[in-house]
Amino acid sequence: MAIWFRHLLTDGLARRRPELKALPFVLVAPVKNKIIITASSPAAEQEGAFTGMAVADARAAVPELLAIDDMPGQAAKLLRLIGLGCIRYTPIVSLNLPDGVMLDISGCAHLWGGEREYLKEIVLKLRAAGFDARAAIADTPGTAWAVARFAQKRPIIASGTQAAALADLPPAALRLEPEILDRLQKLGFRNIRPLLAIAPQSLRRRFGTGLLLRMNQALGHVEEHLEALATPVSYTERLPSLEPIRTAPGIEIAIEKLLEILCLRLQAEGLGVRKAILKCHRIDGRKVQVGITTAKGSHSISHLLRLFKLQIDKIEPALGIELFLMEVPRTEEMVVEQEQLWAEAKGLGDTSLAELLDRISGRVGAAAIQRFLPAEHHWPERSIKLAGSLTEQPQTSWPELPRPIRLLNEPESIEVMALVPDHPPKLFVHKGKRHMIAKADGPERIGREWWQDNGQHRDYYVVEDTDGCRYWVFRSGHYDGGDAQWYLHGYFA
Amino acid sequence: MATAKRELIDKLQKEILQWEGYKPPSIGIRGGLGLGTLEAAFPNGVFPQHCVHELVCANSEQAAASGGLVTGILSMLMQKGGVCVWIGRAKRLFAPALTAFGVAPHQVIFISLHKDKDTLWVMEEALKCSGLTAVVCELRDMDFKQSRRFQLAVENSKVTGFVLRNAKDKLSSTACAARWQVRSLPSTDLNGLPGLGFLRWQVDLLKVRNGHTGSWALAWQDGHFVPGEEPVVNEERQVG
Repeated sequence: MAIWFRHLLTDGLARRRPELKALPFVLVAPVKNKIIITASSPAAEQEGAFTGMAVADARAAVPELLAIDDMPGQAAKLLRLIGLGCIRYTPIVSLNLPDGVMLDISGCAHLWGGEREYLKEIVLKLRAAGFDARAAIADTPGTAWAVARFAQKRPIIASGTQAAALADLPPAALRLEPEILDRLQKLGFRNIRPLLAIAPQSLRRRFGTGLLLRMNQALGHVEEHLEALATPVSYTERLPSLEPIRTAPGIEIAIEKLLEILCLRLQAEGLGVRKAILKCHRIDGRKVQVGITTAKGSHSISHLLRLFKLQIDKIEPALGIELFLMEVPRTEEMVVEQEQLWAEAKGLGDTSLAELLDRISGRVGAAAIQRFLPAEHHWPERSIKLAGSLTEQPQTSWPELPRPIRLLNEPESIEVMALVPDHPPKLFVHKGKRHMIAKADGPERIGREWWQDNGQHRDYYVVEDTDGCRYWVFRSGHYDGGDAQWYLHGYFA
Repeated sequence: MATAKRELIDKLQKEILQWEGYKPPSIGIRGGLGLGTLEAAFPNGVFPQHCVHELVCANSEQAAASGGLVTGILSMLMQKGGVCVWIGRAKRLFAPALTAFGVAPHQVIFISLHKDKDTLWVMEEALKCSGLTAVVCELRDMDFKQSRRFQLAVENSKVTGFVLRNAKDKLSSTACAARWQVRSLPSTDLNGLPGLGFLRWQVDLLKVRNGHTGSWALAWQDGHFVPGEEPVVNEERQVG
């Protein structure tokens, strides 16, 4: 299906500035010392100001003509927005610069009750938005393009009748280059019919391969691919609603229905959802979306529904949602689990654990959940690393040296009295409280990793005060004339 | 006559305990955790596993000591493999330290949260999850209603819950099975050798449902608890 916007730029501008709607105005750009009209509004065209004229000439015909500077790239921007809006009708939408959009509607039209209703729905929606749109449906993009722009009536071309539909259209409908069009004009080809009768060899000899390719594309002898605006996700389900949905229970039912279809499909293929996105198209033309991620592939409807339920309050239905779209951009192969009869499966691979973590990450964010593995560093702050997945196992063993159960994020400065240099302290003062030290172990010297940072090494001592509390303290650097800094870094159990 | 009465009362008490969810240890399974005489304070003389315990901590030192005791208990609970969830405020617990208590740190999932509201929600969800062995959470405060919710969640899932909470002047009553307070004690003497000995704590049971309170000394030695010889009575010792 091809959609053509006759006054794309001016319609777009009038949409933004409604006061322009009825006025004759043109968009202009300088070309070779002349100000040329690049787009003119329907009102201006009626008065006789057409695209390609010099503004001065047009002013002579239409004295009240309003000239507005053209912004380059505006057409692409507008078409992109329109194209994104059209994704609600089909997953494959491609832009057709400078003034059209192509939709691959294979298998989509029946959802709207046939091609005629489908076309009407789209065109009416675009016209309601203020765009003068014409659309046509055909087997090939080439024919649809031609019919949308050049045919007066019957926008729906039945399958296999491209040649008949094209026959009466001018050669320009074949998307040809201006030189070839000029030559065809000179030779007296007013429409495509005689071209179709000429043998391909002679056409190639006279006009090159361009004309032949375009003709074959329009007729469907050569495949033409559309470049999709947004790559469609292979696991996508859509659910149009009869009435706009505005309530949370309604949204929940929609999610459940979508999940039922999707999960059945995924289950049959042995896949599980890792990431799912629910896109809600509202009747005011806006789109809201929420997403969930799981720690482990899942195709359990109840679990995924529970995850989505946590997100429902983030969906703002406004006037109502008319289309629900669920995409699964990331899947994972599932290991088929055998039902456990007696053994209690309590481990990291447990499904209920994965589901719990999904719920938690849905509520408080995935960053809050951490699992640590040993890293091969002695420096305490670097000795642990975050595990990438729930079942990742440590590559190295955990260190055996005494480590405090509570490590301060930042070592806290303490004042220390040591009897002999390089001995554990006799007492230390932390936050105004004196701790007399009864027993101490150490030092354990931990050097900095010179390839990562430079600075003083640390001499750690495990000390126990007379109350029995145990601390991890360190001296930063060597004991040089008594000005070494001491820090408290953790608490032992 | 008197013995008959006592037997009757014993029988009735046992029945009441069963109704409240305390099952007597089945024959052949050692229910104890090696806590020695401390375990006798609990109903049936067994550490109640499918319950929520609360530990009150007055300061950082006590929080560390409580963490140590809980980790020790966890290592006993997780002997057959299992996963524990530790819910706390951002990065308080240092994972490598858990190895000293016989818990593989990679078997523990840490969830760091800032708001108590989130912590309560996550704790309750975690307690409902039967795929876990134990859940530990650090809270500022907990009221009776919340503790009751935890207890109800635990009764179905058979998870053991520990709540580490700040000590206040006046602690409100909770539905937890026991209220503990753990303080560090000077480590044991290693036959005159210098340095630190084995970790030792003074464990106070401030409240025990259907049990009795008391104070005990516990040491951690080579991967298991060693109960102190004599109950410590050291009342004038100041906290921290």
